[in-house]
Amino acid sequence: MSFLRDLYGFFMTRKKFWLTPIIIVLLLLGLLIIFGSSSALAPFVYTLF
Amino acid sequence: MTYILGISAYYHDSAAALIDNGHIVAAAQEERFTRIKQDCRFPVHAVSYVLEEAGINLDQVDQIAFYDKPYLKFERLLETYHAMIPKGLASFLSAIPIWIREKLFMRQELNRALKRFGTKIPPLYFPEHHLSHAASAFYPSPFNEAAILTIDGVGEWATTSLAHGKNHEITVLRELHFPHSLGLLYAAFTAYCGFRVNSGEYKLMGLAPYGQKNSKRVKHWKELIYEHLIDLRSDGSMLMNQKYFEYATGLRMYHQKRWQQLFGIPPRQPETEISQEYMDMALAIQEVTEEIVLRLVKTVIELTGCRNLVMAGGAALNCSANGFLLKQKLFDQLWIQPAAGDAGGSLGAALAVHHIVNGNQRNIVSNNDQMQGAYLGPKFNSDDVTRTAKRYKAIYHTLENRDELCDIVSDLIADGNVVGWFQGRMEFGPRALGNRSILGDPRNPDMQKRLNLKIKYREGFRPFAPSILESEIKNYFDIDTISPYMLLVAPVTSKLLNSLPEKYDELPLYERLYFQRSKLPAITHVDYSARIQSVNETTNPEYARLLRTFQKRHDCPVLVNTSFNVRGEPIVCTPDDAYRCFMRTEMDYLVVENFLFNKKEQPNFKERTNWKEIFTLD
Repeated sequence: MSFLRDLYGFFMTRKKFWLTPIIIVLLLLGLLIIFGSSSALAPFVYTLF
Repeated sequence: MTYILGISAYYHDSAAALIDNGHIVAAAQEERFTRIKQDCRFPVHAVSYVLEEAGINLDQVDQIAFYDKPYLKFERLLETYHAMIPKGLASFLSAIPIWIREKLFMRQELNRALKRFGTKIPPLYFPEHHLSHAASAFYPSPFNEAAILTIDGVGEWATTSLAHGKNHEITVLRELHFPHSLGLLYAAFTAYCGFRVNSGEYKLMGLAPYGQKNSKRVKHWKELIYEHLIDLRSDGSMLMNQKYFEYATGLRMYHQKRWQQLFGIPPRQPETEISQEYMDMALAIQEVTEEIVLRLVKTVIELTGCRNLVMAGGAALNCSANGFLLKQKLFDQLWIQPAAGDAGGSLGAALAVHHIVNGNQRNIVSNNDQMQGAYLGPKFNSDDVTRTAKRYKAIYHTLENRDELCDIVSDLIADGNVVGWFQGRMEFGPRALGNRSILGDPRNPDMQKRLNLKIKYREGFRPFAPSILESEIKNYFDIDTISPYMLLVAPVTSKLLNSLPEKYDELPLYERLYFQRSKLPAITHVDYSARIQSVNETTNPEYARLLRTFQKRHDCPVLVNTSFNVRGEPIVCTPDDAYRCFMRTEMDYLVVENFLFNKKEQPNFKERTNWKEIFTLD
């Protein structure tokens, strides 16, 4: 939660909203990489490709 | 009591600092404990040490300050890649996973790393990188008001900042932003001349005096730099022509083909012989750097109307530029943070929280700064030394009387011996200031060669610095201020100089180097300059006593002082480190507190690993 709060604070201060989609996509990709390496989620990840 | 812990980490040279109500309790770099040069990992050992020094754990710490803003740095990375697309894809792919995994979650990362030191994590603050530098320069300085100049490679966006410090407030007035950076320009030349970026810059600076001043080539290359590489403005700001640089997108500093076309020489391969061209290149970029810094100083003085100048950031360690500035007489007083690099950012971040966030006033009691001589690291007692001696079955002599110890050591130095000198608290910052030092006689004509090749195992051209009693500084050097942190270069006074042979400038490097230029040849650089450390009787009484004894018994208040390490090794921290370094090299004697070790009396020293392979060349 503190991460999301910090991120929100960053956007509100810097007001560079065009970075939002880039950061969200990168974070989703990051999540995919992290969870993709664990066996339980791997089958779901493979189906995405 | 209000404790604030400052941390710098995850880029290079991690460190921790602890302040108590604004008073600096302790500060140390992680590399000294882990023995990995410029260790960038979370400073576990340094944090542990600073807490131990205060006798507290993390539960008693009120606030924690990290030395930069990770999100702002990430914004810079994304914007840079976006602006340069499709260039920089390789660099993007290598950098982003680390950010997504760790650096974007810095608060969580720090919480995780700090958990071992206590049961609760105090509030975390993230002052900007250059604000941390500015705070490290202003708050410990002896000035109530000062013009602040910070220059380094890059922080978040800022690469240079001009600020005004007054009472407990810092106002940032101007900033130069990435990719335009004096630090990165100097680093590009460091790489082109065959030295490592982020550590070899001081070698380039040491090489510059071998360049032929006012020669056609140096003049021409300076013109090329101004014409093609940078667009320098009158206020010291500049634009760098990104056509010639790759650091913004690539994994290299410069565009090799274009530099080769421009300067007509290929990049020098590391560890190969240094030809005159590279010495001239070092001189050209040094002179350009001095011009840029000069303009920046003029601007910050003009903007603030203040004639006290304080500096920090990696570029403030360029003591030749500092000496040049001093000669220009643009300001009344100059103070430079001794830990000017990123390690000092830990201290600056903590001080920024104390004064800016908490609004605490400063407490300037005298003309002295608050750095306590930069002796802010761990110290060791007799039990620690005897334990080391026992471990290595070392033979030693104990000398309880300090005067007797200084008599013996000064006689040994005067007889041409090289002595490892380990006393009191370790220094914070890159310089050894007489507590973790290797000492020699500056009058000895063979001393420089011997120290470089047989003790430090480093390049023969590298100069050595003198330590001198503060009261004697004006009798030996042309300088009208003190230089307690070895950050100012000044000429050796003319009465000590020898005249040069004809066509001296045309002699090969080592013939020039080994010519006896002065009565203190070991510390007189080829351009008659020296990087001075003035020793104060109050700040470091033990080192001052040794210098005083050397003067009394051998008529010289100057000693050669080089850091206690070999090439590529962090400066020694413990008596164990010191004994190992002593036995690996051709050092003759070692003094640890009151214990004297004679190399000839020591048992055979065998190590399981080859230290020359452990310490990578810098």
